[in-house]
Amino acid sequence: MRLVTGLAGVAAYNPGDVMHALPPPQHNHGPPAAWNRRHWLQASGAALALGPAAALAQLRVEITGVGATQIPVALAPFRDEPAIGTALSAIIKANLERSGAFRIIGVPPGLDERSTPDLPAFRGQGADALVAGSLTRLADGRIDVRMRLWDAVRGTDLLGQSNVVLPADLRLAAHRISDQIHEKLTGERGVFATRIAYVLRTGRRFTLHITDPDGEGGQIALASPEPIISPAWSPDGKRLAYVSFETQKAVVWVQDVATGARRVLADFRGSNSAPAWSPDGRRLVVTLSRDGPAQLHLINAEGGGAPQRLTTSGAIDTEAVWSADGAFVYFVSDRGGGPQVYRVAVGASGGGAVERITFQGDYNISPAISPDGRQLAYVSRQGGAFRLMLQELPGGTPLALTDTRDDESPSFAPNGRLIVYATRQPGGDVLMTTTLDGKIKTRLLSSGADMREPAWGPFGR
Amino acid sequence: MKPTTALLSPHRSALLGPLAALALLAGCASPSPVAPTAAAPVQTAAATPVAAAPAPTPAPAAAATGTAQSSVSTVDLAARNAAASTRSAAPVAAAAMLAAPTQRTVYFDFDSFAIKSDFQSLIEGHARVLARDTGKGMVIEGHTDERGGREYNLALGQKRAEAVVRSLVLLGVAERQLEAVSFGEERPAAQGGDETAWSRNRRAELKDR
Repeated sequence: MRLVTGLAGVAAYNPGDVMHALPPPQHNHGPPAAWNRRHWLQASGAALALGPAAALAQLRVEITGVGATQIPVALAPFRDEPAIGTALSAIIKANLERSGAFRIIGVPPGLDERSTPDLPAFRGQGADALVAGSLTRLADGRIDVRMRLWDAVRGTDLLGQSNVVLPADLRLAAHRISDQIHEKLTGERGVFATRIAYVLRTGRRFTLHITDPDGEGGQIALASPEPIISPAWSPDGKRLAYVSFETQKAVVWVQDVATGARRVLADFRGSNSAPAWSPDGRRLVVTLSRDGPAQLHLINAEGGGAPQRLTTSGAIDTEAVWSADGAFVYFVSDRGGGPQVYRVAVGASGGGAVERITFQGDYNISPAISPDGRQLAYVSRQGGAFRLMLQELPGGTPLALTDTRDDESPSFAPNGRLIVYATRQPGGDVLMTTTLDGKIKTRLLSSGADMREPAWGPFGR
Repeated sequence: MKPTTALLSPHRSALLGPLAALALLAGCASPSPVAPTAAAPVQTAAATPVAAAPAPTPAPAAAATGTAQSSVSTVDLAARNAAASTRSAAPVAAAAMLAAPTQRTVYFDFDSFAIKSDFQSLIEGHARVLARDTGKGMVIEGHTDERGGREYNLALGQKRAEAVVRSLVLLGVAERQLEAVSFGEERPAAQGGDETAWSRNRRAELKDR
């Protein structure tokens, strides 16, 4: 098993968060009187009870391949979940299952973070770990969300946390707990507390949405009667750059997510599009047609100064994405005939050497680079189908990740373990996430409207 | 039409009360400063309803203040456009000395931005109007069919628009009278997943500015 034991540090969060580790329980709380082995056996086979305020699952986990080693985790409803009105444990369960790395075992209510559970009994029922917690409303109206994670194999306390949040951030608290469990048990950071931006089209109305990666908690950043494309998160997750057609042409805007304050970043002659933030957040590459066909330019994030040309072909160069170290910009160019993925070295005075990256197929677009820089996801036209591909860098063989025909806009999760993309199904476009081996896919259902252009936001909110 | 490039005027802000009071409450076990960020939430001018908020919680005895870290402010352009003075998208040229051709759309073959001979007289007609009335301007909007990537199609549509601009310039129109823009696949003229619809979407539209 890949359990990581010991009380190592927890994932870093914003300094302003009110969060602290809980000490090990001081008192010997026995299990609730009514809780006995028979009850536990009955409960473990049943689905976890959902509180009355739980959002009916709008997602379906479709595991298409043989299940990899899944860590079995027993998860109890958090004390006072129904009273507070947010089914935290249901959100945590859905998160952990959707990652494909866990199998959740239901536990009857009665445990919380102060309990001393019968860990060997849980181990006997097949659980490697146990999670329990509580919600407490404080006098100022905020909620103290507490949890504890036990290692049922070694019989130890792995992690205890208290997170005081505004009621509006209860979903976020559930996502943070999911991340903590994920990281403690797999050694890898979870992305449950990140956000995904995407565009929804309903008739003649376009909306730029920001949602949790479970498809819930969605809020609208921009509503427009004209198209919105190519949303791009700033590296600190506080701003979104995007292309809006509100002035009857393609113009790049930058918007502060929390405040809604927005300004034009690029509105030169012709079309301005495909914004891509540098890893330090100080510059963007944008595609400008001010001098003729689409070419990549560097522009300051704060505005001001003339754009600096990055590519100099007479062809179409667009869809820039930066490498994580800021040394290269990958992009699409049809300088060789059809569109292919290339990369250009970013120098002090513009672009340097250009190398071609994709060689199979005659139409390859929409590159996305994994955070570790080792994987390239892109869309390849094969026959009439547009299919999501994954290729190891450098020089790996491309692997098709889907069997659908209209994939677009791949974007890596910041832990590099998942890719979100849009695809077409009967009834409209949908957003999907997939593991890098293509085996575990989940669907974020829409209401029949078209969902497109997903962009996975960074760690830290 | 001249696009707006000015910064938007700031939205009205809702100012936060001091957060210090929260830190004094006895219920909070942690001595750390409070979680909410310093940024004030900005309320939009529009009254359009926002997407559904998270599940409502029972009204607390003391209301919690501060900005949730999950908060997203909504900017609604449709409501703002309705409130602003109307500005027609394509003013019709009134009583032109020379009537502009009624045909305003050039169609293209798949993956091509070459202007076919069928459309030469259409372009010549518009070139004559523009050459004689140098105060008149036009925006050429390029489009593609839905197949392929959005950004790549945006660039293809731009090439189609620019091909028309080049033809007009060659026929004596001043460049400053013309702007080429692209909508890529975002503004189809015809819906449908077949060549009938696709051929009607591969186009450049000539619009008065």
